[in-house]
Amino acid sequence: MSDATTHAPADRARASELGPVARFLKATELDTRMLGMVGALILIWGVFHVLSGGLFLTPRNLWNLSVQSSSIAVMATGMVLVIVTRNIDLSVGSILGFVGMIMGVTQAEIMPAIIGFGHPAMWLIAAFVGLVVGVSIGALHGFIIAYLGVPAFIVTLGGLLVWRGAAWWVTSGRTVAPMDATFRLMGGGPDGAIGSTWSWVVGIVACVAVIVMLMNARAQRKRFNFPQRPLWAEGFLGTLVCAIILGAVAVANSYAWPIGIVRRYYEALGQEVPENAFIAHGIAIPVLIALAVGIAMTFVATRTRFGRYVFAIGGNPEAATLAGINTRWVTMKIFMLMGGLAAIGAMISTARLNAATNAQGTLDELLVIAAAVIGGTSLSGGVGTIAGAMLGAVLMQSLASGMILLGVDTPLQNIVVGLALVVAVWLDTVYRRRIG
Amino acid sequence: MTHAAPLVEMRNISISFGGIHAVDDASIDLHEGEVVALLGHNGAGKSTLIKILSGAYKRDAGEIFVNGEEATINNPRDAKKYGIETIYQTLALADNVDAAANLFLGRELRTAWGTLDDVAMESETRKVMGRLNPRFQRFKEPVVKLSGGQRQSVAIARAIHFNARILIMDEPTAALGPQETAQVGELVKQLKDDGIGIFLISHDIHDVFDLADRVCVMKNGQVVGTARTEDVTKDEVLGMIILGKCPPGAIPGPGAMRDAA
Ligand SMILES: Nc1ncnc2c1ncn2[C@@H]1O[C@H](COP(=O)(O)OP(=O)(O)OP(=O)(O)O)[C@@H](O)[C@H]1O
Ligand SMILES: [Mg+2]
Repeated sequence: MSDATTHAPADRARASELGPVARFLKATELDTRMLGMVGALILIWGVFHVLSGGLFLTPRNLWNLSVQSSSIAVMATGMVLVIVTRNIDLSVGSILGFVGMIMGVTQAEIMPAIIGFGHPAMWLIAAFVGLVVGVSIGALHGFIIAYLGVPAFIVTLGGLLVWRGAAWWVTSGRTVAPMDATFRLMGGGPDGAIGSTWSWVVGIVACVAVIVMLMNARAQRKRFNFPQRPLWAEGFLGTLVCAIILGAVAVANSYAWPIGIVRRYYEALGQEVPENAFIAHGIAIPVLIALAVGIAMTFVATRTRFGRYVFAIGGNPEAATLAGINTRWVTMKIFMLMGGLAAIGAMISTARLNAATNAQGTLDELLVIAAAVIGGTSLSGGVGTIAGAMLGAVLMQSLASGMILLGVDTPLQNIVVGLALVVAVWLDTVYRRRIG
Repeated sequence: MTHAAPLVEMRNISISFGGIHAVDDASIDLHEGEVVALLGHNGAGKSTLIKILSGAYKRDAGEIFVNGEEATINNPRDAKKYGIETIYQTLALADNVDAAANLFLGRELRTAWGTLDDVAMESETRKVMGRLNPRFQRFKEPVVKLSGGQRQSVAIARAIHFNARILIMDEPTAALGPQETAQVGELVKQLKDDGIGIFLISHDIHDVFDLADRVCVMKNGQVVGTARTEDVTKDEVLGMIILGKCPPGAIPGPGAMRDAA
């Protein structure tokens, strides 16, 4: 046996002649499944745009779409890990409702009596309480699933009922309002967006980060003499991603504040309202939260040991155990993470509504699961990406708000969303059989 | 450490699944630089016995000694701490991740920031795989897409990469072609020269007779007998496997036919 790595002929099936498209995809290492999703999204957007007579692809609608998708997108990132390990979480909507209620009561009823109304730390206290409650609920579910061996389907089905009931119990069904002013920023709106300058800063920082990451990956592969992408492909990828980022910022920055709010803004400054006054929303804070969660979760899923174990367990639970992985503890941690993400979802949705109601998050579990599955998470385990799930959330939300824009009746909306889910998974099955 | 203390000694091990005594009062030992072949029919209990050593199963009774000291092995992690590495019959690979991820599963290399160092892991994997299967190139693919032999190479690479002192190979060549099988034979000799003790499991005596220093035959969960390969012929070992008949050159175990005339 010798170190003949470099000289021996490669041990692989003969590659078939590639057409120009296939060669392009191979060089750029673009995920074709992801491209398919982007294609579907563009198609949906185009169709709604035409049907609504040009109302869909407007800064205003796209901005609202981004805000509406945030809460589901945040939770979908956790659902990916849950489903990858062949589990399911049916309780996220109810956890959202319960945690939202707890946070509402904390900031509107309990804490004002102690630290006074409008205290600057109010939002932090409420958010912290919410996170602790969310993670604890997840830990409880995870413990029962991993250590007591009750199937996740049953535990979280129970959770769905228990936490919905508990949400009602907190205030006997009474809606809690209003939320703390700072807390409310997490829900978007003219105040809950970072304005045009900061949006450009975020966009440019993101572009620089993308370029640094591409270069770093290349340098790493060079260090070990691994095969690399051709330079033009790297350049193309970098340009494409930066263009998308900056384009999104441009859209967010062309959605203006309503004139009434602009007037109040200048009045507060004690100035005349200039002619053609234009103040842009910029990127909404809930969207930033969702993006930050997406980046953090992608990091967790792909760059940490925990993430590696999640996927290994999904691929072959027995092998993971034999490799010495503490699969139970990993499972419990996944559900804790899911609980924490449901709490973040609750922050966004209570802030947006400026109230906590006991029906909040009803049926969210289904949207979250659908987003993850449409985003390419395989129910048979082991496969899924965070980015895909977030795109899935945007896709689901696009369908929903597009139909609202067209004035489609609610029952018909449900029918369309239901059909879309089944068709999407069917297409995915076909795709995996052919290429996957 | 005296030379007399075996590297591993399993004493009076028993385990049953439901009503089946998969392993019944089995004792076996292994010395430094020694290859012990564990033989027996399908279902004889070979895999179950070594899975107790590797921490995959918890024994109902019996003790395990490593270097003469009693060892506590309750899970695979414990076994690895004693330097026990295993190539499982089922390979036990995580199908959806690549060769490097499998090689380092549970023992990932990490960067200074605590993140996974995938490039370093791939580099190491390329080195080990280069020794075992020089033509292997599909480092980026999930192992489920590899051929049976390639998967087996990955499982072998994982076992030998972490400086095992005790290596368990459960039918390591079942999916390999003749060339790769010969390579594994070479590898076994090389590891043996390094002082590693190896349990080599097979139900085919011809695979292992020339490599092994000793053979241990199991039947219906019991040890029929143990013998040095010089002291017995292949036919006698076949008799042990098929009939449970212990020849004069072997030390009989609890499973030896008692009413031998
Ligand atoms: N996890 C388990 N649950 C129930 N029975 C088991 C389990 N593992 C093994 N057995 C039983 O224990 C007995 C011994 O099985 P084992 O896998 O050890 O055989 P083996 O000697 O390795 O056979 P082979 O040559 O086919 O690999 C068989 O009867 C088997 O059915
Ligand atoms: Mg076996």
